[in-house]
Order: sequence, then structure tokens, then C-alpha cells
Amino acid sequence: MTTAAFFVLAHPFLTSAFGAGTAIAVASGLVGYVVVLRGQVFAGDALSHVAFTGALAALAFGVDLRLGLYGGCVAFALLLAVLGRRSEADDTVVGSVFAWVLGLGALFLSLFTTSSSGTGGSGGTTGVSVLFGSILGLSGSQARTDVVVSAAVAVVLVAVARPLVFATLDPAVARSRGVPVRALSTAFLVLLGVTAGVATQAVGALLLLGLLAAPAGAAHRLTARPFRALWLSAAIAVGSMWAGLTVAYLVPSVPPSFGILGVATAVYLSTFAWTSRRRRLGATGAGGGAAPDRAGPSVSPLVTP
Amino acid sequence: MSASVGRIVALAGPGANPVDDVRRMLALHFMVNAFRAGAVVAVLGAVIGWYMVLRRQSFVGHTLAVVSFPGAAAALWLGVSVTAGYFAGSIVAALVIALVPRSPAGRAGSQESAVIGTVQAFALATGALFVSLYGGFLDSVTGLLFGSFLGVSDGQVVALAVVAVVVLAAMAVLGRPLFFATVDRNVAVARGVPERVLSVAFLLVLGCTAAEVSQITGALLVFALLVMPAAAAQQLTARPVLGLALAVALGLAVVWSALGVAFYSTWPVGFFVSTFGFAAYLAAMAVRLVRARTRRSAEREPGPAAVGAAGMVGA
Repeated sequence: MTTAAFFVLAHPFLTSAFGAGTAIAVASGLVGYVVVLRGQVFAGDALSHVAFTGALAALAFGVDLRLGLYGGCVAFALLLAVLGRRSEADDTVVGSVFAWVLGLGALFLSLFTTSSSGTGGSGGTTGVSVLFGSILGLSGSQARTDVVVSAAVAVVLVAVARPLVFATLDPAVARSRGVPVRALSTAFLVLLGVTAGVATQAVGALLLLGLLAAPAGAAHRLTARPFRALWLSAAIAVGSMWAGLTVAYLVPSVPPSFGILGVATAVYLSTFAWTSRRRRLGATGAGGGAAPDRAGPSVSPLVTP
Repeated sequence: MSASVGRIVALAGPGANPVDDVRRMLALHFMVNAFRAGAVVAVLGAVIGWYMVLRRQSFVGHTLAVVSFPGAAAALWLGVSVTAGYFAGSIVAALVIALVPRSPAGRAGSQESAVIGTVQAFALATGALFVSLYGGFLDSVTGLLFGSFLGVSDGQVVALAVVAVVVLAAMAVLGRPLFFATVDRNVAVARGVPERVLSVAFLLVLGCTAAEVSQITGALLVFALLVMPAAAAQQLTARPVLGLALAVALGLAVVWSALGVAFYSTWPVGFFVSTFGFAAYLAAMAVRLVRARTRRSAEREPGPAAVGAAGMVGA
């Protein structure tokens, strides 16, 4: 990490990238853990494509990109919350809605590319950078906004983490104990939408799913305790971000998004190897009763009085 | 390229006589090929999509559709056949996802979905890497992602049709046991249906379909053809044969009408495909809700006429 510290000091754009990247990674890691716990990875997938459409809509109509990004994501998150009321068949509903949103994205991309074709085809470049991210191109003010938004997401998530995990693991008991399950689930979807908006600028609309799913999946495999896993997920996300940015800096042909997701995926893969080794040791060793079952460790029930 | 073709044609604009318009459109060879290729991918997407929606595997379907992009980008970079790249990407991803044990329904499925999400994002990141290595030829990126309906050659149509026949033949063999295993997994397993083999085989079929369709619609819009006609058909009927036929009919109608409209518009084909598909889905949902309401009110006051209506709707 001393070498990383050296790069950060050497270039202002790296200061922005590391600063914003760290904050975004913390938010995505924390939110991602709950996403995986709640089985809402598909909703995260849908939101990442809405982020793309929202950003391009803003560009096509000539307003600030972030307005479209956050507006689109939060609106879609609220729509998901309404649709989720009838929990049955929502997989298909989410799929249909977001396939249509993607079609709209194609329209806005074509409108935007056509309207800006006189200026040397910058439209295509911007479209691709929305899709695949441009963390090394963040300006200082953008990076500051990203840090503030990500920090707010992280703080809110940690504040509601306990009732949220309770409501996720046992909604019936939580409701009977007076936990506002419905409001929590809507609030969580909105948080997910904001996270999608902010992470799109770092890793791109198509790839933010990996930042949500991979560190969280790894944390789920490594520990069964919800709160330890929550922080572990954030830590893995931050580690992947730093390592990925460093790789992208050292090897210019590697896009930063690939570096970040490559490291996150490698960490997730290694947890499969690690847990299966532990299981083998547990099976053969004496008194290895703590071996996790085949589908990964199940989450232990929350300690309730 | 497709945008410029659309713009040139749109200068002429639709005339007063719709028959003339259609004749004018079909006089152009690339439009004929677009309609042929559209028919192939619509049928294939509707049939496989019907099973995908039934099995609640939309997320897997979307992932397999998207991962054909890195395969194609890698093929571009290496200078080998892009078609082979599409298939390689989707089939490899299908095998990786098949490695993860499919946990029984419920909350425990979260581990599986984390794996799928990671596969998807990592594959897309790999695609971005290949594009960057290839030298950032941006037109090809948007082409791979959003398709090139209007640039299909004769040879491609034949290749598409051959692959579609093979996939549909595989589905004809798999279809019945797969339906059984999906609708009632436990009974199917007890009766000796090889559920695990079937679900892996279906993943491969889904991967091939996604790769095939994405050559025409682009990696991002495959999902519209997979999910929308099938979802609309399942809103309307629960019977398998009728539902499959309905999905195919809807898929064909959506793709052909989208091509026809896009011919006279400057907007992209993919937008019209997904919009018409979504409209069909919303219409089907409205029909189902109206039916459910009439059935409920019929049950509330069971007169002789109302009982007859309920029987008809329930059939």
C-alpha cells in the first residue's frame, strides 16, 4: 500500500479516483451485503440499467447527467417497491419493465449520438463511458459529491442495519415486534437506487452489479454472522477498489473497471476454494462440527431478547 | 450505420397507400433479410423465453444474454469469427452458472444470485478490456451492445435458421420432462426425471439462444425478446401448448411491426421492439386483471349465467 500512497500523492486525478472510489466501495459493499441477503440481486441488475437510461436521457435532453442518473434510479426503486407489494411473479415484472427501460436507453443513445455528431462524435464516447465507467476522469468537485453521497448512504444503511437485517431474516416476527417492515423495504430500495447512481460514475452502469454482488457474496461465504459479514463486505469492496485502481494505473491498457471487478471476482472465487478446503478439514478433522453446509453458511438467527 | 440507413429512407416517408409502402420496403434486400432474421430470432426467443419465465430464471437469461458481448469483443480483438465469439461467451457462462448448486426455492437462493451477478459483471468488464485492447473502435461497441438489425447478410440468415432448428429440436426432446420438473420438482425427481441434467441442459439451450438472438438485437436487447412475449403469453393462459403458440405469435408480431415502423423512423429498431413488447405485456396484464375481476364478481353472485361465464374463463 505504500506504493499506492505514492501514486495518490503523485497525481491529482488519482487522489480523486482513490477518494471517491473508497467511498463508493464502502457504500456498495454495505448495501450489497443486504442486497444479497434479501435476494434482490436482480433488482440491482435492473437498477444498473436504469442508471444507464437515466444518464443518457439527461444527456439527450441537455440537463445535468447526475439529475437523470439519480432521478431515474430513485424513481425506478420506488416503482419496484410498489410492484413488490404483490410479491408473486415479480421476477417477470422486473424483467419486463427493465427490458423496456433498456430499449429507451437505446433510443436516448441514438438521439444523443445523432444530436452531437457535429462535434466530432463525442456522443459515442460519453455513452460508452456511462456504460463502463470513468473513475480516472472524475473532477475534484465530482469526486467530492460522490464522497458525500456515498457517505450518506453508508451512514443511513448502518443506522437501519439492525432492524433491516431482522426484517429480512424473519419478516413475520419483526412485524409482530413493531418493526416497520414495509417502510424499511422501500427505504432500502431507494438506498440501492442512490448507490446505483453514484457507483455508475465509478465503474459504469453495466458493471456496478459486480461491486454489489461479488464482495457481498464473498462475505456471505466467509462468515455467518450478519454484522461481521456486513463490514467484511465493505472491506473487500474497498480492497478490490484500491487493488484494481493500482493495477489499472500500472498497466495502461487495463480499464480501471476491469481491474476493480477482476480483483473482486478473484476474491469471490478464492472464498469458494477456502470454504471447500475448510469443509474438507472439518469433515476429516476431529470435532469439526462447524463445517458450513453445501449451499454456503446459513445466517445464524439474530440475537433477540 | 443502421441510423443513417433509417434516415435516408425516412426522407421518402410513408405514403398514402400502405400496400405501396410495404412493397417499397420489401423491394430492399436488406429489409427482406431483416424480416427473415427477425422471424427466426422471434420464434426462438419466444419458445425458450416461455420456459425461462416459467422457471423464474429471468436473471440467468439476462446474464447469459449480456455475456455474449465479451465473447464477441474477444473475437473482434483476436480476429476470429464474431459468431463463434457470441456462442463461446454464452456457453462458457452457462457452464459456470451450472456449476453452482441450485438451492431449493426461497431465501437460500441468494448465494446463487450473487454468483450470477458476479459472472455478469465480470464478463462485461472483460468485454470492456477486450474493447480497450482492440483499440477503442466505438461503433463496434454500440453495434455489439445494441445490434444491427439492418445489416444481416444472406449467409447469416441461413446460419441463424440452422442454429434455431438445432436448438428447437433439442427443446422438443427436453420440453416435456423440463416442464414436469419445473412445475412439480419433487414429484418429477421421485419419478426418476433427471432434474439436474435437465436444468444444466436448459441453461445451455438458453445460452445458445441468447448468443443467437444477440447477433441480431445486440447483447443488451436480447432480453426483451426473451422475456416480454413469454411473460405476456403466461398472463393470458396457463396451458403449455397454447401459451407457447401465443408467445411465438406475439414475438413475431412485435418484431415485424417494430421493423416496419423503424423503417420509416429515425429511431432505433431496438427501441420499437422493446416498446411494442412491453405494450403487449401491459395489455395482457390488463386482460388478466379484467378476467379475474369478472370471475370474482361471478363467484359473489352465483346465478346460472354467471356460473357459465366463470366456467368459460376458468377453462
